Amino acid sequence: MNEQGEDTGIVLTEAQKRARRSRSIAIAVSLVALVVLFYVMTLVKGPMMLVRPL
Amino acid sequence: MSLISEGAEFNGTIAEPSLATVGDYLALLKPRVMSLVVFTALVGLAVAPGSIHPVTAFTALLCITVGAGASGALNMWFDADIDRLMTRTARRPIPGGRVQPGEALAFGLTLSAFSVVVLGLLVNILSAALLAFTIFFYVVVYTMWLKRSTPQNIVIGGAAGAFPPMIGWAAVTGSMAFEPILLFLIIFFWTPPHFWALAIYRMEDFKRAGVPMLPVVKGEATTRLQILLYTLLLVPLGIAPYLLGYAGLLYAVVSVVTGLGMLILAVQVYRERLPSDQACRHLFAFSILYLFLLFAVLMVDRGWGGLIARLAA
Repeated sequence: MNEQGEDTGIVLTEAQKRARRSRSIAIAVSLVALVVLFYVMTLVKGPMMLVRPL
Repeated sequence: MSLISEGAEFNGTIAEPSLATVGDYLALLKPRVMSLVVFTALVGLAVAPGSIHPVTAFTALLCITVGAGASGALNMWFDADIDRLMTRTARRPIPGGRVQPGEALAFGLTLSAFSVVVLGLLVNILSAALLAFTIFFYVVVYTMWLKRSTPQNIVIGGAAGAFPPMIGWAAVTGSMAFEPILLFLIIFFWTPPHFWALAIYRMEDFKRAGVPMLPVVKGEATTRLQILLYTLLLVPLGIAPYLLGYAGLLYAVVSVVTGLGMLILAVQVYRERLPSDQACRHLFAFSILYLFLLFAVLMVDRGWGGLIARLAA
């Protein structure tokens, strides 16, 4: 609760906000990298993408 | 009807919002161990016959790297209680309080699943199956079972660190052969002298944490003898790729010379007695160079030409 009696929930400190932001950016970069990897591998393999050898 | 009765008090504690940085999560992946895994997997990939597209090779290495890192994170999750008792590991992200155990568990499980699935989808099923088995072996067989129950923990558990060249080979060929199994055996027999040398001069750490390492359970003299015996097995195995025709003269010279170096150091370790531990430190450091040289020269001598030809094709 703040002074006006409103429920403010958990308030992050500046350090916690910075850490969360850096983690969010890392997750975003990883997801983009995964998409690019699948895209490039699809180009490389072409129709062979669906062939699943041992 | 509500499952939570009104007026009931919440007795649990809410975790503080995390202060973990990206660097802390990277530390969970054990980057130094990961670098050895990447390197040995690259050698397995380079010496394998047949062709692989460079992007596919990169994808295979990436998945093996992430899988190895994931098993490191799961290891740190499970071992957080003993890690905080040892000076070597007390500053790791979980005992250091920067990452919550649950976060490390979720991180490790997610990366394990992703690395195996992506390797299976984009490269081949055999390499993905081997990677999944490696993660299982390291986390469940070594970390959860052997590490705290037997002084032979790192002998059997060492297999987990020996699989990467086989995964690299399987990524190219989709099959298995004796050559990658030989590479597996070299790393397998390299692990005990390497790790026991460290265990001797870090014995107090392992004692404090209650980890039944060989020097703690059987004593220092037995461990020094075991180091020598394993080195006697390792050195011929190190030369075997030349003897079996997998490598040329350059490899023969390097494996014999560095093998002699390993033997001399192992004899020094055998003859040394605590409180002196210089020979153990020397053997530990040299064993890393030994394995690196064996695999690097094998790649140059045997696989490098083939890898360059494949990349150019």
